[in-house]
Amino acid sequence: MELFNLAIRSIFIDNMVFAYFLGMCSFLAVSKKVSTALGLGAAVIFVLSVTVPVNWLLNEFILKEGALAFLGEQFATIDLTFLRFIMFIAVIAAMVQLVEMIIEKFAPALYGSLGIFLPLIAVNCAILGGSLFMAGRDYTLAEAAVYGAGSGTGFFLAIVALAAIREKLKYSNVPNGLKGLGITMLITGLMGIAFMSFMGIDL
Amino acid sequence: MSTETAEVKKPSEALLSKRRKKLISDPLVDDNPITIQVLGICSALAVTTQMQPTMVMALSVIFVMVMANLTISLMRNTIPSRVRIIVQLAIVASLVTLVNEVLKAFAFDMYKELSVFIGLIITNCIVMGRLEAFALGNKPYDSILDGFGSALGYSWIILAVAFFRELWGSGSVFGYPVFDNISGLFGDDFSLATNGLMVSPVGAFIILGLIIWVQRTKTGYVEH
Repeated sequence: MELFNLAIRSIFIDNMVFAYFLGMCSFLAVSKKVSTALGLGAAVIFVLSVTVPVNWLLNEFILKEGALAFLGEQFATIDLTFLRFIMFIAVIAAMVQLVEMIIEKFAPALYGSLGIFLPLIAVNCAILGGSLFMAGRDYTLAEAAVYGAGSGTGFFLAIVALAAIREKLKYSNVPNGLKGLGITMLITGLMGIAFMSFMGIDL
Repeated sequence: MSTETAEVKKPSEALLSKRRKKLISDPLVDDNPITIQVLGICSALAVTTQMQPTMVMALSVIFVMVMANLTISLMRNTIPSRVRIIVQLAIVASLVTLVNEVLKAFAFDMYKELSVFIGLIITNCIVMGRLEAFALGNKPYDSILDGFGSALGYSWIILAVAFFRELWGSGSVFGYPVFDNISGLFGDDFSLATNGLMVSPVGAFIILGLIIWVQRTKTGYVEH
């Protein structure tokens, strides 16, 4: 039940895009068509579900203060927390590379449709943000896995919804200065208001 | 590399020649990283509820960008192009770790408030974008100027967003209670209400959208 609550929370209430503004670059750049948004969203779900638990293991058994205690007495006081950024980003870059190779081997069609979005995910802040939030919140391994998948799903929902709105928006008459980025920002703000209504849910 | 040897033969350029001034001034308005190039939006919105953390964020980004541009530019002829992304990430991550540790040591409250967003400078697309587009192919001094200009363009936008969000959301600027003082001038019956929406993420999207509108109307830039 706890895990289910966490999933709902990470998808709707703590939505990566609307509550923390993470992954905004790709959110704005890749939301022009629903089909590409679906591809990127799926890739983000996948990478987040893999990297957050992996980074959890890394954090728990190597980086945390006293995490190296299993190596012996003299390692018990070592605190490697300051290496967090470098280790996390390295894991993410490696994972993205791995995911890319696996998809290329086993699902060439999907690989073709995702195209350049896969490598770009390495520098998507939603991915690094997910790992950093996980490290700051003392989750267990199961919670970390659920949190990763949940926040990925939240990003997926947000980007597909925005892409659908932007496809319809082509038929509207938008003032010149507001075209493109400007109107997208305002729409995202309005969608944010809609998502704020989930804050009332008490979990 | 042939263009580079040609450059060396030219008489040395003035410290702040016209071309170099353009490196700094272009990203401020005409080629602004946030409003025109749409880079680095994430952190631009997340930290801007108050002026003070925004200022810290802006200074951190300026430091990281200048130093990263300088380092990559110095190493540009030795980095194999196949692994350049990893090299860039490693350098940026080290610089961000440095900023993070300094903040933790000397400004712990600020460190708590900014939480993960200092770490997220690593994935700030402006940093990677400038390294990739400029520092890999230009000399160190020019790269410093370019990094400084882009970071400045980023900084003034996030400070502008933070100014309006703090003023309307909390009724203050840099923690100074503006609304309370204005109310004080007019007597007890007069009071200015703050808008809770400005403190929430929604306010950031809308303020930035409006700033982009004003700026693009002025420069006449139209996106298709």
